[in-house]
Amino acid sequence: MKSFIGRRAISSAVSLGGLIVLVFFLTRLTGDPTNLYLPLDAPMEARDNFRVLHGLNDPLIVQFGSYVYDVLHLDFGESIRKARPALEVVLEAFPWTLTLAVVTMGLVTLFAIIIGSLAAARVGGVFDRLSGIMSLIAASTPEFWVAIVGIFIFAVSLGWLPTSGTGTIWHWVLPITVLFIRPFGLILQVVRGSMISALSSPYVKTARAKGVRQRAIIFVHALRNGMLPVITVIGDQAAGMLNGAVVIETIFGFPGVGKLMIDSILQRDFSVVLASIMVTALAIFIMNLLIDLLYAVLDPRIRY
Amino acid sequence: MTNTNSQYRHILEVKELAVEFHTANGRFQAVKNVSFHLDRGETLAILGESGSGKSVSASAIMNLIDTPPGYITQGSIHYRGQDLLNMSDVHRRDINGAKIAMIFQDPLAHLNPVYPVGWQIAESLRVHGVDKDKANQRALELMKRVGLPDAQEKFDAYPHQFSGGQRQRLMIAMALGFEPDILIADEPTTALDVTVQAQILELLEELQAETGMGILLITHDLGVVAETANRVVVMNQGEIVESGLTREVFKNPQHYYTRKLIAAAPGHLGRQGGATGLREGRDALLSVENVVKYYGKFKAIKGVSFDLMPGETVAIVGESGSGKSTMAKTLLRLEEPSEGKALYKGRDLFELNPKELFELRREIQMVFQDPTQSLNPRMTVEKLVCEAWKIHPQLLPRAKWKERVAELLVQVGLSPEHAARYPHQFSGGQRQRIAIARALALSPELIVCDEATSALDVSIQAQVIKLLSDLRRDLGLSFIFIAHDLPVVRDFADRVIVMKDGEIVEVGEVEQIFNHPAHPYTRALLDASPDADPDVQAQRREKRERERRMAVV
Repeated sequence: MKSFIGRRAISSAVSLGGLIVLVFFLTRLTGDPTNLYLPLDAPMEARDNFRVLHGLNDPLIVQFGSYVYDVLHLDFGESIRKARPALEVVLEAFPWTLTLAVVTMGLVTLFAIIIGSLAAARVGGVFDRLSGIMSLIAASTPEFWVAIVGIFIFAVSLGWLPTSGTGTIWHWVLPITVLFIRPFGLILQVVRGSMISALSSPYVKTARAKGVRQRAIIFVHALRNGMLPVITVIGDQAAGMLNGAVVIETIFGFPGVGKLMIDSILQRDFSVVLASIMVTALAIFIMNLLIDLLYAVLDPRIRY
Repeated sequence: MTNTNSQYRHILEVKELAVEFHTANGRFQAVKNVSFHLDRGETLAILGESGSGKSVSASAIMNLIDTPPGYITQGSIHYRGQDLLNMSDVHRRDINGAKIAMIFQDPLAHLNPVYPVGWQIAESLRVHGVDKDKANQRALELMKRVGLPDAQEKFDAYPHQFSGGQRQRLMIAMALGFEPDILIADEPTTALDVTVQAQILELLEELQAETGMGILLITHDLGVVAETANRVVVMNQGEIVESGLTREVFKNPQHYYTRKLIAAAPGHLGRQGGATGLREGRDALLSVENVVKYYGKFKAIKGVSFDLMPGETVAIVGESGSGKSTMAKTLLRLEEPSEGKALYKGRDLFELNPKELFELRREIQMVFQDPTQSLNPRMTVEKLVCEAWKIHPQLLPRAKWKERVAELLVQVGLSPEHAARYPHQFSGGQRQRIAIARALALSPELIVCDEATSALDVSIQAQVIKLLSDLRRDLGLSFIFIAHDLPVVRDFADRVIVMKDGEIVEVGEVEQIFNHPAHPYTRALLDASPDADPDVQAQRREKRERERRMAVV
C-alpha cells in the first residue's frame, strides 16, 4: 500500500512537472508579457525596466530555470491586482470552492445512491419513473438559467434567500442547489444501472435463499458492489467542481477559485492564474488518490 | 413455525407446478405440470439438460423466480403441509435458509465478493435472529465441520482467496446453519474438478446422515445421479418424462428421452472408429520435446514430451492447474514457450518467424470451449467461415466461397440455409458445429480442441464427438483433444496423456489407461469420475467404505 502511494506520488509529480512546463510555454506563447502587463501607452523606459525586473531579457532557458526554481519554492510571484503573494490569494479562495464542492458532492452522492438504488430494486416502479424524470430534467437544464431563475424567485420575489455573496449559511443554499442538479442527474443514472446489474448477480440470489431482507439485500449486498463504477464518476464530477464552478461562482459572487481565476485572467494577473492551476491540480491529485484507496476499501479483490 | 400442519405426507410436495416466462418473443412455458415430493433423509435428483426447467422448478421452491418475467401459473408447493405459494414474503423469508437451504453451481459468483466469508456464513444465522457473537461462533464451527483447513484464520478471508472446492464447502456451511430439513443443490459440483467433486458429494452424504435432511439435487450429470440419488426425476423441455428409483430408471428406462440420455453418457458410446497401427514405421506429425513454460517464477509446464502420428487423436487430460491448456496454447504459439521443441513435419514450431508461423497456422486449427464467446456475435455464419479465406486468399477463389460454405455446413450437420444467420440464433451444440466448420475451412491437418465439448449438454456432447470422429475418418485429421474429464475421452481418443501439476504422469493407449491405469493419480481420476451406472457406483462406495474402515482400524 505504501509503495502504491509512493508510485502514485511519483507519477503525479511527473504530470505536475509537465503542467508546470506547459504553463510556462503557453504564457510565453501569448507573446512578450510586457505588452500584456503594461498599459498600451506605457513609455519605453517603463517597458525596459519591467523587462529587466522580471528577467525577460535573459535567454529563455535561464528564464525557465528561474521560473521552475520559484515554482518549486511555492513562489508564484505577486498578484498585480492585490499586491500580495499570489499563493496567499489563491489559498484564501480555495477553501470556499472546496467546501462548496464537498457539500454539493456529498448531497449528490447521498441522494443519488438512495433514489438510484430504490429505482433499481423495482425497475419500472415509482422510484424508477421518478428517477428517470429527474435525471432527464437535470441533464437538460442549463445551470446559469436555473441560477438566475432561482435568484429571481427565491431572492428577489420571495426574499427568502440572499441574492449573492457570503456571510450566513443561507448564502450557500442557492449555489449548492444549482450545482447539485447536473451531477445528481448523471450519478443517479450510473447508480441505477450499476445497481440493476448488482441486484441481478448470483450472490444476491444466495442472499435471498438465505432469507435476507430486501432492504439489506439492496443496501448491504448489492450497494457495495454497485458503488465501484459510481465512485469513478463521482470523482470525475468532483474534479470539475474543484476546478472552480466558474459560472455559478460568478453569478452568486462567490469568492472561490473559479471566480478568482476568471477575474485574474481578465485582468492579466498571471501569477494568480499559475498559483490557482497548481493548487487545484494538487487537490485533484489528492482526491484521485483517495478514490483509489476507496476502491481498495470497498473491494477486497483490489490490492495495490 | 407454530402453524405446522401435521397432516402432511411428505416434507416437500410439489404438485402440478407450471411456470411461465413473459419475454419480448412471447410467452414461454419453462415448467409444465411438474409434480414430485421429497422425504427427510432421501436424495431426489432432478435430471435434465439445459432448458429442461429443472433449475426453475427449484427456484420456485425458494421464491427465487423474478416476477416479471417469471410467473407461477399453476400448482402448489407444500413444505410440511404449509402452502408456500400462498404465504407472505416475510413468512417465506423465515423458511428460506432456516428450513430450506440452497447451494448453487458456481460458488465464486454466488458468494458476495466484497464481504469476508465468516461474515457471510454468520449472516445466514443473524437474519434469522441469532445474535452476532453466537452467529460468529457457530459460523466458525460450520467452517470446521465442512472441512476447511485453518478455519479460524480464514474466517475473515474473502471468497476469491479460496479454491473452487473450498468455496463450495463455504456455500454448504452457509446452508447448514440451522440444520435445514431440505437442501436444494443446484448443480453443486458441475464447475469442479472430478476429484474435488467426489469430496463434495461425500461431504453432502455425510451431512445428510448427520442431520437427516432431504436433498433435492439438480443436475445434468448422470454419473452424479447414479452416485448419490435414491430416486430420480427426468425432465425434458419443462416436463417430467420419467421418474422412479434411480436404479430402476437407469437399468430400465421407459421413456425414449431417458434412453437417449443414458446412451449418450460419456464413456458409454463405444469407440468411435479410431484407427489402430498408426504408430508403426511412420514419422510423427508432431513431436513435442521437453517443453517448459514459466510464468514469472512459476513453472506451469515442467518438461513435457509426446508424439502425435498423422491421423491420430491424442487426448491430454488433467484437472485445473495441470498445465493442459497452457500446453495447447504453447503449441499454437498463443503463449511463448520457455524451453523445448515442437517439431511439426520436421520444422520446429517454436523457431518459426511470424511469416512462416502465419502459413503454418492454417494447417493447425483450434476449437475452443465456449462457442458463444469465440464466435463474433455480429457476423453471419457465412462471414465467420469466409473470414478464414480472407486471411488466406490463396486457398480459395472468392467465386467459390459460397458453395464451399454450404458444403462445410452440410459436413458439420447443419444446412446451407444457416449461412445467413447469426450465432445467437443457434443452440450451444450448433454453435460448436459452426466453430468446427470455421476450423475446417482452412483444410487443416491438425485440430486442437480445448475442452471443446465441456460446455455442452451430454446428448449434444455425444453428437459433437460423433461429428469429430466422422471428420477424422473422412478427412484423415489428427486431433489433440484437451479435456478435464476422462470418460469423454474414452470414446474418441487413440492415446491418452494424463497431466498433473505441469507434468505427464501417464501415457498410454486408451484401453490401457481405462482398464489398467498404472499411476495412482490416473486411478484416482477414474475412480472420482462418477459412472452413469448405479451398480458401478454402489460397488465403488462399498470399496471406499471398506477402505475407510480399514483406515480407522
